[in-house]
Amino acid sequence: MPVEIPKEKWTGKVRLVTLGATAAEGGTRTRRVTVGGGTTLPFLFFEGDMPHKPVIGIEIRDRKPDDWSPLLGLAWGEAMNDPGDWAKAAEQAGADAIVLAFNLADADGKAPTAAHAKATVRKVLQATGLPVIVNGPGQADLDNELLVAAAEEGAGERLVLGLCEDRNYRTIVAAALGHGHLVQARTAMDVNLAKQLNILITDMQLPLDRVLMDPTTGALGYGIEYGYSVMERLRIAALQGDSMTQCPMIVTPGEEAWKAKESKVGEGVPKAWGDWQERAINWELVTASSLVESGADIVVLRHPESVKRVHAMIDAMMAG
Amino acid sequence: MALSGIEIYKLLPGGLKPPHPKANCKECGFPTCLAFAMKLAAKQAELASCQYVSEEAQEKLAAAAAPPIRLIKVSSNGHEVAAGNETVMYRHEKTFFHPAGVFVRINDSDGLDAIRELVSTADEYKVNYVGMDLAVDGFAIKSTGDAATFSAGVEAVRGATKRPLILISADAAVMEAGLKAAGDSKSLICGASPENWEAMAALAKSHKAPLTVGGSTLDEMAELTDKIKAAGVEDMVLNPVVTTLPEALGVWTQLRRLALRKTFRPLGYPIIAFPSQFSADSQIAAVQAIAKYAGFIVLDRFNPADLYPLLVFRQNIYTDPQKPIQVSPGLYEINNPGPDSPVMVTTNFSITYFSVSNEVEGSGRKGWLLVADAEGMSVLTAWAAGKFDAERIAKTVKSTGIESKVNHRRLTIPGHVAVLSGELEDELPGWEIKVGPREAVNLPQYLKLME
Repeated sequence: MPVEIPKEKWTGKVRLVTLGATAAEGGTRTRRVTVGGGTTLPFLFFEGDMPHKPVIGIEIRDRKPDDWSPLLGLAWGEAMNDPGDWAKAAEQAGADAIVLAFNLADADGKAPTAAHAKATVRKVLQATGLPVIVNGPGQADLDNELLVAAAEEGAGERLVLGLCEDRNYRTIVAAALGHGHLVQARTAMDVNLAKQLNILITDMQLPLDRVLMDPTTGALGYGIEYGYSVMERLRIAALQGDSMTQCPMIVTPGEEAWKAKESKVGEGVPKAWGDWQERAINWELVTASSLVESGADIVVLRHPESVKRVHAMIDAMMAG
Repeated sequence: MALSGIEIYKLLPGGLKPPHPKANCKECGFPTCLAFAMKLAAKQAELASCQYVSEEAQEKLAAAAAPPIRLIKVSSNGHEVAAGNETVMYRHEKTFFHPAGVFVRINDSDGLDAIRELVSTADEYKVNYVGMDLAVDGFAIKSTGDAATFSAGVEAVRGATKRPLILISADAAVMEAGLKAAGDSKSLICGASPENWEAMAALAKSHKAPLTVGGSTLDEMAELTDKIKAAGVEDMVLNPVVTTLPEALGVWTQLRRLALRKTFRPLGYPIIAFPSQFSADSQIAAVQAIAKYAGFIVLDRFNPADLYPLLVFRQNIYTDPQKPIQVSPGLYEINNPGPDSPVMVTTNFSITYFSVSNEVEGSGRKGWLLVADAEGMSVLTAWAAGKFDAERIAKTVKSTGIESKVNHRRLTIPGHVAVLSGELEDELPGWEIKVGPREAVNLPQYLKLME
């Protein structure tokens, strides 16, 4: 019995966005990463293309964070004490891009300065040839100060500056425009908020091929279904031709999953949770792999083992 | 595909040519057959209200009303797993209804004692997630080829669990021995292939058990389900041969679309997935199976560190997007608090509530937890949406009567909304506002420092 396979006839496609600039483009990166270009939902090769595979960013910090799970400390060891060493270790662990995130305070509890941001960005750029994404600590004023400094220091490198939110987009977009960078446009799990921020960014003349949408996700067990569905909706809107949703998506399953008690804590938890290390990595893995299936173009992870397994998944998918 | 009102009308007494003597008789309670047809199409009336519909028309109407993906149940001893009857491709369109049944696979050659031990452990397994107990749904027993071994294996499993079973063998004689050992439970027979379908269909029919139908192409499977249906078996589960992650994703997506968009009956059945067959990383494969349409999932091993995240993921994906899981706003007592115990406030999103209450409870410290009506949103989302502001928190403090239960006036708010402190002190004169940690996991440490 011949069965006719129903295929979607999408009219839109995801924009191509390239991170990192090599010497030829005025930067010093040895590798660039291009994401996007999909003409159907992820990996449905029977009806469309996915010219660029989803990639993995590994999150490193400007200094060893005080509140990360001890399992992450075990995984990265001494490298965590220096952002340059950490970037190198992340590259070796299979990162396609390095996500340098600043802590809210230095070891003495003081806020990091612009000079510190510049020195750290320089160190990371020298340690790795991968594209670099720079994230502030998540407080609008401090983010502005650090990200503007980072943008100046990395001029021409096609860094990604984040988080670019509705409360600080003016400063971040201006810094991206001034120094040849991209922005990570973060909104709170809502299709319309994501579109609205892209409109505001476009109004400032930053072209959409320099915008990554970050629709926010929750961890497994802590609201992943919201992030999962918002990403599906954004991608469907993009394929239906809505231009303000056609940017590639970046999400941070590593950060979210490693906040969960299931990953963070090994003692005094129910026996039914199973082995701590296995469970913790599974928490990040399940969060990340499901988001790759719902449309993520860049997933930011923390543990090298999850990186290895998500890479294997993506490779298997792309061999499709 | 559902029939339109006009299509239904043509099958009713008034719509026949020539009209039936009882055309527009009004006995159904509607003024005309056309009006009744419209109500039927809108699912606001029952066909049974009309005495005069021909048998042929009844069959047509019933067939059109059948769900595009047949609901298949396996059951035993009061446990039941149902799959199918889904209506959407994406959960945001409505919701996914029947969470995939998660089964743990046993080989009949594993040794009877080992089988009993593993099955008992997995059967007793349960894990609490936001107030719900999550568990394994059943067990699959795979034959290595010998009827006596299979029968003994199934018996051993049956003795250790009351949950539903999936019996796996390509040999009808072996399957028959297994079905006998499974007793009067309704097990899933796995299953029929182009080679053995006649004998398997006969077993499914005589045991009134659902049957999986395997095939390496959709064409082959569609042909087979038709033949099996003609042999008198209605309850089937599709078991497409898939060997890679993207192939599984593609085939399952096509099956769901054929059923929902084309009402293609020959493939309108739930899907069974064996994660280890199409990926070296069976955890990732199982995640895909849960999100992308499997109705039954057979895991190769029982490992709590794999299972807990999978069961939580299934719970999350099958949560109704229109109804965030909430707890009632109000005052919650943790570990029998007294007048000097701390007072904390959070939102009524159930994941938030359980994260906070579990931490306080686990710390062994006493506390009063105020749960504000934030319309089921988490702290940050509710704050951004204006549903967790100083006014709402103050209202919660005043309406719960906490002021008469404690001898102090200190309120701890979540670290994420530290910015509300000033405004809250204005709204709640006499109260001192303390900023707690951002994440619930740091509450025990915070409470310890507070003492």
